[in-house]
Amino acid sequence: MMVSFLIAAVGAAMPLLYATMGELITEKAGNLNLGVEGMMLMGAVMGFSVGLHTGNPYLALLASLIAGAIGAAIYAVLTVSLMSNQVVTGLTLTIFGTGFSSFVGEGFMGTAAPAGIKALSTKIAIPGLYQIPVLGPILFHQDILVYTGYIMVIIVAIYLNKTKMGLNLRAVGENAAAADASGINVSFYKYAHIIVGGAMCGLGGAYMSLVTVPVWQANVVAGRGWIAVALVIFASWKPWKALVGAFVFGGLNILGLRLQSMGIHISQYLVDMLPYAATILIVIISTRKNRKEDMNPADLGVSYFREER
Amino acid sequence: MKRILAVLMVLVLVMGAFAGCGGATEEEETDALTVGFIYVGPASDGGFSEAQDNGRQALEDHFKEKVKTLKVESVAEESQAVKNAAINLMDQGATVIVATSFGFMNPIEELAKEYTDIKFLHFSGNKMNDTNFGNYFGAMEQPRYLSGIIAGMTTKSNKLGYVAAFPYTELIIGINAFTLGAQSVNPDVEVKVIYTQNWHDPAQEKAAAEALLDQGCDVIAQHCDTAGPQIAAETANAFAIGYNMDSSSAAPGAYLTAPVWNHGAYYIEQIQKIMDGTWAPESYYGTMADGYVQLAPMTENVSAEAKAKVEEVQAKIESGEFNVFSAGDKDVLYNDGSVMIPAGTSLDRDAIWGISNPDSAMVTLVKGATGQ
Repeated sequence: MMVSFLIAAVGAAMPLLYATMGELITEKAGNLNLGVEGMMLMGAVMGFSVGLHTGNPYLALLASLIAGAIGAAIYAVLTVSLMSNQVVTGLTLTIFGTGFSSFVGEGFMGTAAPAGIKALSTKIAIPGLYQIPVLGPILFHQDILVYTGYIMVIIVAIYLNKTKMGLNLRAVGENAAAADASGINVSFYKYAHIIVGGAMCGLGGAYMSLVTVPVWQANVVAGRGWIAVALVIFASWKPWKALVGAFVFGGLNILGLRLQSMGIHISQYLVDMLPYAATILIVIISTRKNRKEDMNPADLGVSYFREER
Repeated sequence: MKRILAVLMVLVLVMGAFAGCGGATEEEETDALTVGFIYVGPASDGGFSEAQDNGRQALEDHFKEKVKTLKVESVAEESQAVKNAAINLMDQGATVIVATSFGFMNPIEELAKEYTDIKFLHFSGNKMNDTNFGNYFGAMEQPRYLSGIIAGMTTKSNKLGYVAAFPYTELIIGINAFTLGAQSVNPDVEVKVIYTQNWHDPAQEKAAAEALLDQGCDVIAQHCDTAGPQIAAETANAFAIGYNMDSSSAAPGAYLTAPVWNHGAYYIEQIQKIMDGTWAPESYYGTMADGYVQLAPMTENVSAEAKAKVEEVQAKIESGEFNVFSAGDKDVLYNDGSVMIPAGTSLDRDAIWGISNPDSAMVTLVKGATGQ
């Protein structure tokens, strides 16, 4: 019982994990992109659309990456080049992405993805790791996108902390002016990471439309983009904490339903509140401790005007 | 350069926004009767509003050029939005307004007082007047009972799962009818219910069905709007019963049937009366005999035995010989032990919905069904 719950929790965590990692590297570049929900929906609908028409799961995933990246690119042009307000632009992107997905998806509402797409949901056991008691079947008997999710966390963690580019990126997010003065191309870093982050959000959306429920429905993401935004804060901008947070919130998401099936009643509304309540708690704790490494990138949400240095 | 880019981006966003809007459709002026529909969601939402829109289409197909239909989609359930939508439709010539969501009730009631020459039809409400405002709903408990028969004869574990949106009267009536149907062919059957507290979240609905499947349920029914539960059932080699519309394509290996709405039957009847001049407001409660609620065609996943049983009971329901909420020689109990239907009696529409006495409304699950 417990094991099957945890297996399901990993699946529920994946859209959150992709979106959270995408938002995390975006915020590391000093840009707060509240368009996560919109980019996830753009990725979900384009992934589904391409999957439906080609039957090829990898083209579908590629399309979702591109769709998320395009959404993020719009945001990047507006906030980096045109220096518009990041919060407003992000919210607009969410509204735009929601409408875009409904509009594109109108024609295939309720349609199931073709058989070829099912390859993405096939559970693969990793030899060796699968034999680990308890953890093996939970973590290492999953679909392919779960494994790429693990790998993504490792790559992002190494990139941010162990590479020169990661150091430069953190410099841009902490103090863009200083980064600029030391010869880092601020605009390039911001564009690159916003767009890659958007692509990851798009992939998170595609997980919902191609793996979780491979039938197109309007608004498949159903608010998980906002949980991802909260998760980045919850994880204090650290990839490995984001992984843990995604598992916890993904598990909480389905915990209420599991308890109900066992005859224990817990309000689903309460469960839906928990990610945000936990995030507020973390913000309060980290603000009180005031440890620099747990705080947000100092220039987060601030547009960088070179002329104003 | 920046200015040009700014203008371009704004244009892209604005065009995207406009492309997404589906407004009321304009057509040439004729002397046809114009009927305006107001939907709470997009007309192609794959569930609730799409079922209504299929009814609108059926109405047009039936009357051809004698009836013209207009629609406004995604109208918020707030007074001003509903009034604007309705007045907009009237300005375009609509003399009949069909408001298809519960939350439209109060603004429609006010409009009915003000615009006495316009006729208003409201779905799922409990308000009406004597002159120009009627409401309509359906005896969904009848096809739900039949789907329960299929589930009861299909299950091997004697555990049925039911994914429901909210613990409201409408849904509890459905769960109880489903359970009684299943128990009528399989007395040992037990129904486990999970409420998702959400009408539309595919992933949550799938997760709820997975939880039920892990508890040993092998047939999953639903009263929520997406195919999530059916996908979960197919993955677990179990069976599923849909809702709203026939949706066998999502999970062909699991799908048995679905209790469905046929709003067209009501629209055609009402519009015919309006044309004949015999229309008066009523509180319509469409049954299977009216063709207003139906059981979608049963797939080959349903055994021949179950099909025969369903056809037998369906004939009795349609002839009026059998009420799904009736007790034989023993009381039918709620799961808290109190009496739901006293022996030898049956419950009518008034009793289950608590129309004349709100205390009689069905708010508790029948014995054999569990969930909070």
